[in-house]
Amino acid sequence: MTHVAPNLDPRTAATFPQAALPILRNTQLRKNVAHATDVIQAKRAKLVAEKADWQALRTAAAAIKDDVLANLDAYLEQFEDRCTAAGGTVHWAADASEARRIIVDILREEQASEVIKIKTMTSAEIQLNPAIEAAGIHAIETDLAELILQLGEDEPSHIVAPALHVNRSQVREIFARCMGLPDLTDDPQILTAAARTYLRKQFLSVPTAISGANFLIAETGSVAIVESEGNGRMCLTLPRTLVALAGIEKVLPRFRDLEVMLQVLARSATGERMNPYTSLWTGVTPGDGPERFHVVLLDNGRSAILGRKVERQTLRCIRCAACQNTCPVYRQTGGHAYGSVYGGPIGAILTPQLMQMQHAQSLPYASSLCAACYEVCPVKINIPEVLIELRAQVVDQERNHGARIFDPMYLGMRIANFLFASAGRFRFAQRLGRIGLRFFTGKDGWIHSLPSLGARWTMTRDLRGLPDQTFRDWWAKRPKEGQ
Amino acid sequence: MRASLFVTCYNDTLYPETGRAVVRLLQRLGVALDFNPGQTCCGQMHANTGFRAEAFSQAKRLVRLYQDTETVVIPSSSCVAMIRDQYHGLFEELGNEELRRQFAALLPRIYELSEFLIDKLGVEDVGAYFPHRVTYHASCHGLRGLHLGDRPFRLLSKVRGLELVPLQNLDRCCGFGGTFSIKNAEVSSAMLSAKLGDILDTRAEYCTALDNSCLMHLGGAMHREFAAMRTVHLAQILASTEASPLEETA
Repeated sequence: MTHVAPNLDPRTAATFPQAALPILRNTQLRKNVAHATDVIQAKRAKLVAEKADWQALRTAAAAIKDDVLANLDAYLEQFEDRCTAAGGTVHWAADASEARRIIVDILREEQASEVIKIKTMTSAEIQLNPAIEAAGIHAIETDLAELILQLGEDEPSHIVAPALHVNRSQVREIFARCMGLPDLTDDPQILTAAARTYLRKQFLSVPTAISGANFLIAETGSVAIVESEGNGRMCLTLPRTLVALAGIEKVLPRFRDLEVMLQVLARSATGERMNPYTSLWTGVTPGDGPERFHVVLLDNGRSAILGRKVERQTLRCIRCAACQNTCPVYRQTGGHAYGSVYGGPIGAILTPQLMQMQHAQSLPYASSLCAACYEVCPVKINIPEVLIELRAQVVDQERNHGARIFDPMYLGMRIANFLFASAGRFRFAQRLGRIGLRFFTGKDGWIHSLPSLGARWTMTRDLRGLPDQTFRDWWAKRPKEGQ
Repeated sequence: MRASLFVTCYNDTLYPETGRAVVRLLQRLGVALDFNPGQTCCGQMHANTGFRAEAFSQAKRLVRLYQDTETVVIPSSSCVAMIRDQYHGLFEELGNEELRRQFAALLPRIYELSEFLIDKLGVEDVGAYFPHRVTYHASCHGLRGLHLGDRPFRLLSKVRGLELVPLQNLDRCCGFGGTFSIKNAEVSSAMLSAKLGDILDTRAEYCTALDNSCLMHLGGAMHREFAAMRTVHLAQILASTEASPLEETA
């Protein structure tokens, strides 16, 4: 498999339409994505249907997260107090570079030459692995999907199943090449056995681990991680030192909030009643688990979202990826087109906001606003509403930009607004349009090719030519009743 | 029963036969239908592309135009969804208190066509005759925005001669999305191609919907491909009778 690793840095990534183009020609990837999302969606739908109180659960989950976001400072300080009291060390990182520095410093203090990792999107968000490698420390991904990506020099394309775009014959090729196993077959059991053998050595020999966090509990200072493979449990229990990296929005007020959150997360994410491994730990316990435990609380643009009325709901996200699985856009492109570790509908709203709207401005437009995402979201994030809000911000940014004055889209929108402001003008434009479009209309009464922005339509679609009479003209001239 | 037709800017310009069908249908059902010639656009295109100030002025215009109207019928689920989902936010952010009050009073009097027939008129059998094999495309705004549910199916099931064929992946978007189809034309086309596959698999003669914007997208691709199917707005099926069959169009 020859490929160029996708660029998931929103600062330098191509726009969504540009990045999508080569992917649309990658039929293997599109087939893999469509198949995988179909499988997860079907499982989710079945398990959601068996919960009579699913809508109530969504409402409760959204309410819990809204309470968190309204009182985030207090809950985070409470978490810091309780975690510290239990023997943990809490670090605050304002941005990605500070988080990387804190973690690399901890690893250096541990004199680590290697570190084992549990899947964490937050680590990918802050581009932690390159920083660790630059410090001369080897980062070893232990999640099966992350291992596939690391060995294949690829990047995550999905929040829950990062290697969802890779199929098993591609996995076989990567493992055979990188693990020196030329006789490997693409039997899933054989492949997982190979990964298990490969990883087991690392679990038993590397004394330092990095994890993310699904939830932080303010009341107890605990950290919760859910996973399916048991690699997380290994990383959380065997090493001497554990570093957990968590976005500040991951905190929950009370232990009992897990009752709601674990239910909606497992069903939404993997279509399971409960995920196979749920690990909860609080600080350090002598003789049991890691002796040194650090939590790095990451802001990296999150607190700026808190103050915004419509966009704030973005931070309710519990990273279940149900929106990605259901999204008809993501289904065609997979995650890499979004130029961010967060792809799909949630990525389209989260990424530009984490970038303070200075990058990734094409992402709010990477949606047909079909609202399938909102319907499945377990914390009821109205993603279309946020997309429209962000589009308005992009337009506000761009319309003050001189180069946009003659941009066909901006010009067209201004003209349309002028016309819609008066029925007389609109009627005049309808007539003018009918005359103008006659030039492009074929003998069959249809338009097959248009210039400028219209060519973006006619590249794959015809357009029926304008009829001789508008509705309003027909109405005005129709025989009146009683006449 | 009195009602006023907001035909929408693109039906007015591109699909007047849909407007004419609504007129025929509602007159047959005894509705005194009116048309306010001051109407233009609901503002959806501007709002959904991020041109909020422009959307606001069109929203304001629509509310002022219809503030004294008894009932407004709109044969486009996405325009109704625009009004229901976005006007309040627009007026809250940019409008004045008076406009918000006027809108709050108008909102319950605005109906999408299938809502008007079933919820307001209380009729499912509109006396239509349409002897064809038909599949129904659930537009996203009708399905998830307005929660139209089984209304279109109830109306279609009462049409004499009509054979309704179920559509696989009914809830999946056709990829139109307004300016999305231009800004992301390639991805939009990929979505269209997938949707069209499901639709053509029904081997229906007609694909119908409550929104001509989806049908413009689907019909444009059908025409490009010389597919053995064409699109028709649900109003045109419901307006059809033995004496007055579907209006021929290009």
